[in-house]
Amino acid sequence: MELTTVWFILIAVLWVGYFVLEGFDFGVGMLLPVLGRNETERRVMINTIGPVWDGNEVWLLVAGGATFAAFPEWYATLFSGFYLPLLLILLALIVRGVAFEYRHQRPEAFWKRRWDIAIIVGSFVPAVLWGVAFANIVAGVPIDADKEYVGDLFTLLNPFGLLGGLTTLLLFATHGAMFVALKTDGEIRHRARALAIRLGLASALAAVVFLLWTQAKTGSFASGVAFTLAALALLGGIAVALRGREGWAFTGTFFAIGLAVAGLFLALFPDVMPSSLDPAWSLTTTSAAATTYTLKIMTWVAAIFTPVVLGYQAWSYWVFRKRISTDHIPVDDHAEVAGTA
Amino acid sequence: MEVVDIARWQFGIITAYHFLFVPITIGLSALIAVFETLWLVKKDEAWLRLTKFFGKLFLINFAIGVVTGIVQEFQFGMNWSDYSRFVGDVFGAPLAIEGLLAFFLESTFLGLWIFGWDKLPRALHAGCMWLVHIGTLASAYFILAANSWMQHPVGHTYNAETGRAELTDFGAVMFNKVQLVAFPHVVTACYMTAGAFVLGVCAFLYLRNRRAADAAEAAAERAGEAVTVTAAGTVAGAGTDTLDGTGTGADEGAKGGTAVGVAESRRRDAELYRKGLRLGAVITLIAGLAVAITGDLQGKVMTEVQPMKMAAAEGLYETSDKCAPFSILTLGTPDGKEEKFAITVPCLLSFLGTGSFDGTVEGINPLREKYEKEYGTDPGAAYYTVDDYVPVIPIAYWSFRFMMGLGVAAAVLAGALLWLTRRGRAPTSRWWSVLALGTPVMVVFASTAGWIFTEMGRQPWVVYGLMTTENAVSPGVSLTEAWISLIALVSIYAVLAVVEIGLLVRYVKKGAEPFAEPPNPGKDTDTDDDAPLAFAY
Ligand code: HDD
Ligand code: HEM
Ligand code: HEM
Repeated sequence: MELTTVWFILIAVLWVGYFVLEGFDFGVGMLLPVLGRNETERRVMINTIGPVWDGNEVWLLVAGGATFAAFPEWYATLFSGFYLPLLLILLALIVRGVAFEYRHQRPEAFWKRRWDIAIIVGSFVPAVLWGVAFANIVAGVPIDADKEYVGDLFTLLNPFGLLGGLTTLLLFATHGAMFVALKTDGEIRHRARALAIRLGLASALAAVVFLLWTQAKTGSFASGVAFTLAALALLGGIAVALRGREGWAFTGTFFAIGLAVAGLFLALFPDVMPSSLDPAWSLTTTSAAATTYTLKIMTWVAAIFTPVVLGYQAWSYWVFRKRISTDHIPVDDHAEVAGTA
Repeated sequence: MEVVDIARWQFGIITAYHFLFVPITIGLSALIAVFETLWLVKKDEAWLRLTKFFGKLFLINFAIGVVTGIVQEFQFGMNWSDYSRFVGDVFGAPLAIEGLLAFFLESTFLGLWIFGWDKLPRALHAGCMWLVHIGTLASAYFILAANSWMQHPVGHTYNAETGRAELTDFGAVMFNKVQLVAFPHVVTACYMTAGAFVLGVCAFLYLRNRRAADAAEAAAERAGEAVTVTAAGTVAGAGTDTLDGTGTGADEGAKGGTAVGVAESRRRDAELYRKGLRLGAVITLIAGLAVAITGDLQGKVMTEVQPMKMAAAEGLYETSDKCAPFSILTLGTPDGKEEKFAITVPCLLSFLGTGSFDGTVEGINPLREKYEKEYGTDPGAAYYTVDDYVPVIPIAYWSFRFMMGLGVAAAVLAGALLWLTRRGRAPTSRWWSVLALGTPVMVVFASTAGWIFTEMGRQPWVVYGLMTTENAVSPGVSLTEAWISLIALVSIYAVLAVVEIGLLVRYVKKGAEPFAEPPNPGKDTDTDDDAPLAFAY
């Protein structure tokens, strides 16, 4: 296989990893006000993702870095072109990341409420915008002969793009609810499961329309297979959730998201950013790629270290495998500060 | 202003901001790992208290380091897309490898460290912090390799057909001679920062606790030995009130029960912070020395690969054949073409730049002519043409002096503090704690000055000799977009700075928590599945 194809696959894998992992912590963040009825329940939710969200986010950073290294033209066109949406995503990730760490540092209600808003908005915005961005990448955007994006923000907010955003939003929310059901105990667990089923049905509807539309636009045989499997995984996940099998239900949304993203990349290949103005101006895996020498080095590094990373990340999920309930939440250790402040 | 100006302001502000937190993360992760290991080895509870206390401050700092880093990763593509196209083949690899090798390690093991007190055996728990530290070092290595390549591009060829720099020797990029001196310089600066941080915080708390102990002792004397528990409560309250009311009287009341008890526990705390402050001072001094030595090495490499930067740093207008003077103060004409007034130390610059008091150091004017010959008349030799090769001289000049000056001042303060606390001695003046709190600030800003010098001294190049900053910017980004991004990021960073400083002050004032035996998973046989988590957000 060509090295450029290998790197296209690896970058697809990184984005798949990013969405299946950060997807659920976006979901947990968005559902904070819905599933967390009181302070302790909200803390239960935040603690289910506390040890892992940052590791999940690194998948994005590595996807970005790997794109820079393997397909510099893609990195340059994409991020300078999708300037404002990317800025919004970055701002959201900033406030959200700080919120997880700072929310528990002070006991006052106003403090927690503000950081809650940061978590909710900070999870909501990227959940929508990543969908908008990927829908547009796959469908093609105006790129000129100099490989520059010549549209603006509103070019991206077309019906197809917006449907893509709605789909990721609903999928991540479902994924998050499934995760809460899997990782908590008590009343919140049941509430999360019930919500996951309802959200799952809504996301199935959006996803089926979106994926069919994508398939009609640019699909290949392989992407069609991936989309079909994604839909089956989602429906299967909902079905087992109905029977209370939370582990399998979460696996269902995990595969649904992973296969859907994989399908988008399959529909994209061999382009990486098709031009809607002239196919000759599209960025492809070969026209956007780095040199073979660079790709070789990167392949060695990836081959050696990816298994190590997967190993210890999996281990950290294992260490934190236990369910958390409201009983596990220690009383606020800042209570005495509250007294004097 | 044009897009390139805004993009430069944004890069400078956003990156300098990121690097306010980075040195603390790198240095403090090592110190915390040392504290926790010492606790395991020596079983002295003081080390665990320091581990937890600085762990808390570390996390408050780390959070901002992480989120500002995310912006960095994408900034090259957003504002500097022509740069990214030009250098991606060389520059992307270290960036990607940094993510894979360093960021995964840092984030995963820090998560394990934060939440793992009741889940991991003790040695493994301490090991997690060591791994976090190794991650930060790896991160620094790869990002500095990328930056060093911009200072001194090696291991590549210019491909005229694709119009970009292409990697030919990865080893040369990883072991660039600029990198081999920059990495030790930056890392030792980080240890110096962490040493100063521990010194400052501990000096402040030391004085506070000593004063509280003295006050409580005096109160006990006044009340006589036989104070009742209720009376002691009020005494303790009064004692803490004089210290603006954030002390923890509660546990002392419970433990000691009397004013004597309060005095004792305050004394014990003072001892703890004394230990910390002396350790911090020693680290500041040793690392400070290492920073100066590595900085000297860097000066030599810099004189060789970027003579213009050294000339600008010294305001040296004409070449000095031998025994070049080191400038204490040089004033030139505003256009930077002529020297007006100078106070100098003879021959020192020759030594700094070449290692010999007789070495030749080239001046700005001859260098400018040389560059005009090399790049100006034959644009084919370089990727782009430029019209002036001189960086902003006052900035290069002063940032260089601020870096060294602030670093030396901090080291002197650390030395003075060690001297003043020698063999049980104890300064009581409030000024000491104020000055000590200033040391970490000074060291952090020394790093900022170092970066401003390194980066602005390289101008007008973004990649030295290959590409100018002006040509690096994204052609497709509009002025409005650039402004929106600059304003949005700077505003949010400003808010975060206020929040973070507020939290740091709050937790520094609160001081270390009293000792509590942490869970010992793997050893405790009666682990209770329903027990509350040892740590929760
Ligand atoms: C000498 C050290 C150094 C330098 C020059 C930089 N950084 Fe940095 N960076 C770190 C040292 C570091 C670190 C110590 O590894 C941090 C600080 C806090 C943290 O979490 O890791 C970090 C965090 C950090 C993160 C977040 C990682 C995470 O989520 O865990 C990213 C994406 C970057 N950085 C990227 C960059 C880029 C693109 C830079 C160049 C413009 C840059 N950093 C300069
Ligand atoms: C963290 C420490 C760093 C600080 C504080 C810093 C600071 C700065 C400053 C102040 C500028 C503006 C110079 C000017 O415009 O005159 C600049 C420019 C630049 N730096 Fe750095 N820098 C750092 C690290 C890096 C690293 C590690 C890289 C690359 C890997 C890098 C890449 C650049 C680029 C591409 C520019 C061009 C934009 C410009 O010239 O303004 N910097 N940096
Ligand atoms: C006391 C003697 C010192 C000397 C002789 C010295 C020398 C240097 C030189 C020559 C450079 C520029 C390298 C280049 O552009 O190629 C530099 C950069 C830098 N310095 Fe220093 N320095 C000293 C102290 C400090 C201190 C105290 C700190 C902070 C604690 C510090 C932090 C930095 C940083 C962060 C950089 C930018 C990164 C780099 O290029 O390595 N330096 N220093």
